[in-house]
Amino acid sequence: MTPRTKPPDAFSPGETPTFEVSARESLRDSQLRRNLGKATQTIRRKRAVAVEELPDWEELREAGRALKERTLRHLDTYLLQLEESVTRAGGVVHWARDADEANRIVAGIAKEKGADEVVKVKSIATDETKLNEHLESEGIHAFETDLAELIIQLAGENSSHILVPAIHKNRAEIRELFLRELDVEDLSDEPKDLTNAARLYLRKKFLNAKVGVSGANFAVAETGTISVVESEGNGRMCTTLPPVLVTLMGIEKIIPRWRDFEVFMQLLPRSSTAERMNPYTSFWTGVSGEAGDGPQEFHLVLLDNGRTDVLADEIGRQTLNCIRCSACLNVCPVYERTGGHAYNSVYPGPIGAILTPQLVGIGKPGPDSLPYASSLCGACYQVCPVKINIPEVLVHLRGRVVRHKQDGGTLRQRLDPENVAMQAMAKTFSDPKLYENAQGLARVGQWPFARGGKIGSLPGRLAGWTAVRDLKPVPKQSFREWWKEERG
Amino acid sequence: MATAKETILWRVRRATRDVPEGERPGDVPVERGYRKEGDGARAGTVDRFAAHVAEYEATVHRLSGDDLPDAVGKILEKRGLRRLVVPPGLPEGWVPGGVEVLRDDANARLSNGVLDASDGVLTGCALGIAQTGTIVLDAGPGQGRRALTLLPDYHLCVVREEQVVDLVPEAFARLEATVRDEGRAVTFISGPSATSDIELNRVEGVHGPRALEVLIVG
Ligand code: SF4
Repeated sequence: MTPRTKPPDAFSPGETPTFEVSARESLRDSQLRRNLGKATQTIRRKRAVAVEELPDWEELREAGRALKERTLRHLDTYLLQLEESVTRAGGVVHWARDADEANRIVAGIAKEKGADEVVKVKSIATDETKLNEHLESEGIHAFETDLAELIIQLAGENSSHILVPAIHKNRAEIRELFLRELDVEDLSDEPKDLTNAARLYLRKKFLNAKVGVSGANFAVAETGTISVVESEGNGRMCTTLPPVLVTLMGIEKIIPRWRDFEVFMQLLPRSSTAERMNPYTSFWTGVSGEAGDGPQEFHLVLLDNGRTDVLADEIGRQTLNCIRCSACLNVCPVYERTGGHAYNSVYPGPIGAILTPQLVGIGKPGPDSLPYASSLCGACYQVCPVKINIPEVLVHLRGRVVRHKQDGGTLRQRLDPENVAMQAMAKTFSDPKLYENAQGLARVGQWPFARGGKIGSLPGRLAGWTAVRDLKPVPKQSFREWWKEERG
Repeated sequence: MATAKETILWRVRRATRDVPEGERPGDVPVERGYRKEGDGARAGTVDRFAAHVAEYEATVHRLSGDDLPDAVGKILEKRGLRRLVVPPGLPEGWVPGGVEVLRDDANARLSNGVLDASDGVLTGCALGIAQTGTIVLDAGPGQGRRALTLLPDYHLCVVREEQVVDLVPEAFARLEATVRDEGRAVTFISGPSATSDIELNRVEGVHGPRALEVLIVG
């Protein structure tokens, strides 16, 4: 099969639609909503049980947050320490200012080894840089080896969930896809059989690949140890079998010391898959040399690509604490209804709503709309294992979006109804009380008053809001009200 | 022209201008109020380990050391496994008669093809973690290279009771020296591999051994 190219998103060249426009499309897809509803509810329930089992959960969260704060405040020191440790252990460290530079480094290594195929374990960082597309353009096929990633790669689609990217596909669709693409004759739609078909297909790839590509969940500055946390075993395959391994990671993935795993390896599995521990975690330190254990060559690519801009914003900085557990997605009432595609980003849900606009920079209509894709109910903050105050960052970013329009714009743009509306919205959203009132009013007072950018006849702040929030129909219940009920 | 490394470090420093000049990493407080050790009741620890491993759909047996070779032989026979991979440093007495032993050796390494075509692998481990039902391999004696426990379709792992620690922090503490001084690879195994990618139905055994069986030896 030939890997298909995924549709463009916030990290591709060009513009993406706003959240409202895409959400409207997703809301029409009832299958998607059913799948998502089932998934998020199941994971939500299981996660609560897994977390309750630990009497020291809050202490772990606080330690996780503090360790990330320490790392980020002294990131220059830790980056240099990591480079030194990895080099000492026989690895090679590369630095990439942006996506393009990272992609060229990886492609360069693959070409040097004469590889026209690489096997990949799921990594959102490589999705962000569009590594697969770049490799393809250089004649190198990148094979995704996570079951879900394989499914969406075969289908030429984007992930809809950090953790279960193919959550929008049902078994019949997957069977059809495999029959068409995997060169199998006969296949039932039993998940067990479908999984086995993928196992057989990928085993050949693993055994023959010259180059493996991975992301990293953590990198230890002190020892140079990298870790990949996973369920399926394809991560172990990709990081063990090919003679050359390339790991691409964002510069924020560092943790100071080996012992700090004692915090993060408790926080991540329970928040993510709601398990005491995920099935497999690999920790490797450079290359093993004599012992012949794993790759003979290891490359670590350290990626900036906007992360230092996030770091520079004192309120936004905490966004870089994120360990990509996806707990915030599963509790988000907006995400549950719209699904991941509406965010037009490799980072969906609440974390995506704050990370995407900061990484790509304020001033693009699609990403700029994301901080508004929230009712500020605060559920994401409550579950976040590294205590990112997502509502705080959302409100802060709304302010930045509005200010950007003011500062950057001409007088006419500044008087543009949309901009006036954005300012009003920022005020409204910065105060949950005002927000609730506004939503209540909107329902009573009929929504589409101010279509076409006219500031309509609704009073006060709401006037501005309706001018751009053409997200009709207004749900009978606001997300916030719905959430209150849901949690009883 | 500045290198990528110089540029990124410059950006990081500019971005963290708010951090006071003299602040050291250690000055940023990290409260470690979480539990670092269990309460030390050994019997409970091993029971918990056994129960948690079993919850992952792994098969668990508990037995005394004298019975080990017999037990291994019976288990392999019951599953009809004949070609058994054995890592360097595995106690000779653990390997039952009547099976074809594929021995991995620093001078004669088994190829990936041979590992792939084998029936299973028998190993020891570095540690067990009761809190999470995790088996820890650190490529030490009796465990071998990572590929040995990855390519065969079946993994039989022997855990001695004294290897079981209670909490996750105890495991990372015990592994620290191996990683820091020798740089050996560490693998955490908590049940066989699994996926819930298809309609959230859990399927055991995607890649790696599809079956995991654990012998806890007292
Ligand atoms: S923001 Fe927090 S909850 Fe959301 S994915 Fe990141 S770590 Fe998990």
